[in-house]
Amino acid sequence: MNAKQKDVVATIAINVIVATVVGILFFLLAYILISGLPHVSWSFLTGTTDSFSGAGGIGVQLFNSFYLLILTMLISIPISLGAGIYLAEYAKDNWRTHLIRSAIEVLSSLPSVVVGLFGFLLFVVQFKIGFSVISGAIALTFFNLPLLTRNIEESLSAVPRNQREAGLSLGMSKWKTEIGIILPVALPGIVTGIVLSAGRVFGEAAALIYTAGQSAPVTNFADWNPMDAASPLNPLRPAETLAVHIWKVNTEGLASNAAQLSAAASAVLIIAVLLFNLGARVLGNYLYRRVTASK
Amino acid sequence: MEQTNSEFKQDGAPTSQDWARQLHHATRASREDWFGRGISYLCIGVIILVVASMLWFITSKGMATFTQNHVNLWQFLSGTNWAPDQGHIGALPMIVGSFAVTFAAALVATPFAVGTAIFMTEIAPNKGRKFLQPVIELLVGIPSVVYGFIGLAVVVPFMRHLVGGSGFGIISATFVLFVMVLPTITTMTVDSLRSVPRFYKEASLALGATRWQTVSKVILRAATPGILTAIIFGMARAFGEALAVQMVIGNAAVMPKNLISPAATLTSQLTTGIGDTIDGTLPSNALWSLALILLLMSLFFNALVRLIAKRGQLSHER
Amino acid sequence: MGIAAISMLLVGCGKATSSTSSSKSSSAALSGKVTAVGSTALQPLAAKAGSQFTSKNSKVNLTVQGGGSGTGLSQVQSGAVSIGDSDIFAEEKAGIKADTLTDHKVAVVGMGPVVNKDAGVKNLKMSQLKQIFTGKITNWKMVGGKDQKIVIINRAQGSGTRATFENAVLKGATAVKSQEQDSNGAVQKIVATTPGAVSYLAFSYFTNKLQALSVDNVTPTDNNVETNKWKIWSYEHMYTKGKPDKATAAFLNYMSSKDVQNSLVKDMGYISIHDMKVTKDAKGVVTNN
Repeated sequence: MNAKQKDVVATIAINVIVATVVGILFFLLAYILISGLPHVSWSFLTGTTDSFSGAGGIGVQLFNSFYLLILTMLISIPISLGAGIYLAEYAKDNWRTHLIRSAIEVLSSLPSVVVGLFGFLLFVVQFKIGFSVISGAIALTFFNLPLLTRNIEESLSAVPRNQREAGLSLGMSKWKTEIGIILPVALPGIVTGIVLSAGRVFGEAAALIYTAGQSAPVTNFADWNPMDAASPLNPLRPAETLAVHIWKVNTEGLASNAAQLSAAASAVLIIAVLLFNLGARVLGNYLYRRVTASK
Repeated sequence: MEQTNSEFKQDGAPTSQDWARQLHHATRASREDWFGRGISYLCIGVIILVVASMLWFITSKGMATFTQNHVNLWQFLSGTNWAPDQGHIGALPMIVGSFAVTFAAALVATPFAVGTAIFMTEIAPNKGRKFLQPVIELLVGIPSVVYGFIGLAVVVPFMRHLVGGSGFGIISATFVLFVMVLPTITTMTVDSLRSVPRFYKEASLALGATRWQTVSKVILRAATPGILTAIIFGMARAFGEALAVQMVIGNAAVMPKNLISPAATLTSQLTTGIGDTIDGTLPSNALWSLALILLLMSLFFNALVRLIAKRGQLSHER
Repeated sequence: MGIAAISMLLVGCGKATSSTSSSKSSSAALSGKVTAVGSTALQPLAAKAGSQFTSKNSKVNLTVQGGGSGTGLSQVQSGAVSIGDSDIFAEEKAGIKADTLTDHKVAVVGMGPVVNKDAGVKNLKMSQLKQIFTGKITNWKMVGGKDQKIVIINRAQGSGTRATFENAVLKGATAVKSQEQDSNGAVQKIVATTPGAVSYLAFSYFTNKLQALSVDNVTPTDNNVETNKWKIWSYEHMYTKGKPDKATAAFLNYMSSKDVQNSLVKDMGYISIHDMKVTKDAKGVVTNN
């Protein structure tokens, strides 16, 4: 076999592999959507859940998922941005930096159930915050941090050196260069990373069972004062998310149509993640154009 | 000096004191720099604090089995009888189970992930970016519990017809994990392939190499450390995955005899048992010891990836 | 023992009447935070009753969570939560100082063995059931079913459901190592789809996709549990540490009130504590009331 033939064979092999992967992906998506979408209705999306059987709508859970996601991102993006800048700019190539990197990677590979139990024993029990949105958001932040930090560092490091030198030679500080020049260029990469981690946060169940809790008290959606107990924005109320709801319906659900309910909720979850991905992508491109003034 | 200075003064130019002040005091730029440095140090400090407290927490809990309950470490690692309620703490079945599913899943997933990544970067970059990447990113968002139930509804019966037995076991877990780690390994491999400098590829093609020769001899070679990192990350995810594996592996704390009999992993045992144990008792401590093993394993994986990356880099530069 | 049981029942009834009046009269006054954590088997009932309770007492902030009986008992013992939900007696759990906790039995749950429909078995002797779960009988043919290998699906070690089953069926013998699942839903799905599978479930999880077994020709019904003809059942406990605060006490009263016991409890497939004609103590000794 000469080089040309090898090339043809390899290309075919790769195409077969990709076809298989695409096949699996589409089977999965189709399976979830086809088994779930027929059971999705407006009343399912906005209705409240029967706390006993798990039957009924998922309105509160859907809101909780997004609220928890936003809260998690509000906490984790600034911290990982700072940490990412540290690793990309300030960290020297020595054993201490290696240790820090290893520590971050270890954090990312911890099983989420362990993170959940840690959050439970520390925030829920020790600090007496209780099963709450904020406990859940902090637990999610724990394994969001390593993913985001790593991603931000990589996106920043991928920006060509001369951009940095240009900034510094203009007499700008390192910090200003980083924020004003490097960060905007790295933005699309960072946004992709945020999207990826958001997907993971959205689908996380094991870490939330013991922190944000498994109950979704009916909230008063007319009350937007975060201090009121019944307000959906109150960070101290327990909040069952969509993924936890799917887990619960599947494991302990007593509703006769539990299978359909979980399929429908899974379909909604997938679509929500899809919309979120698309939205973030559009936003990322828009920001990129705005900040870099490139058309 | 004074005179010249005064002359300068008359002209409205800075005095030496002005110069000194300027030179000794921080400029706006360097103040900004200190500010920025402070912020980024603070952030990394927060992360280190989180990691350290987790490490301390899991270690202290996991060590209690040996320090408080006086279980022999060797017995814990080599024993095959896991019945904490009766005081038997042998974690070997779970250790073997975890390793088996992790390596099997990585072994199956790697060719698929690397093939897909080559397709996305070298063969059809446009289709890759517009179509494959969003779909793969979407897969990351499917909750593991959904993977678990699809595994239970589709993979387990399929394996039962294909290879016999009850369908629960390492082979089903491998299949579910393969799909779960595929996005992780693929996206990271794509990143590392994209970061190979363009001129490598151009030089190779200019020398008359075919696309496959360029990909296999130049691009994959240059991206090897990145790909290995991707695989290790995939393995770390497989190692730590709990809910999905738990549904399809069968959770039997016995030594896996073959790929199709029920087995257990560290995470599946941890998830199954933790709600039913009492804080501070042997069954609870024993489960935390399993968590400690998980932690040590991921430390080990990390050390491995550093070693490989370092070697790859060296020979690559040579 | 019988007297104690009766007096407990009477106290329960007395509380029931007082709670209905108190929840009406003191709806403005009663306030506080009540957190009930633990047993996933009790969680649905507690959650539903809880939402009814808070609709009458809007000032009370009541949260019901699962997490497992072990979690419930440890957390109530450490004082982190006001109520620990459990499927088993605190005395049965090593590491729990049962004498520091107060038991409030709020319902009874009957459990029974279930098999995959293909197994061809509808009734087993108690001794056969024991031999299956200890690994002595490995094929359905040996107990009059099809020639099919028995696949045992057990519950997680230390879980309340497993403890109840093993107390009633194995009586001290050790179960053979097998698959373990930690939830009713998972067991339900696995037994329905796996040929030759056998496990056990709470009555409320029986479906027409499974074959629920009779044991010694006794059918698994609520009536048989009430008279202890059906042996595999347990209480659902709500444990408090010491004297509960006002809001917690009111909620516990509400749980044992007729409102809950006669409607909610039955609607949800539990058995009312008031209907029991026998009492079981922590050692498993059953006495007639």
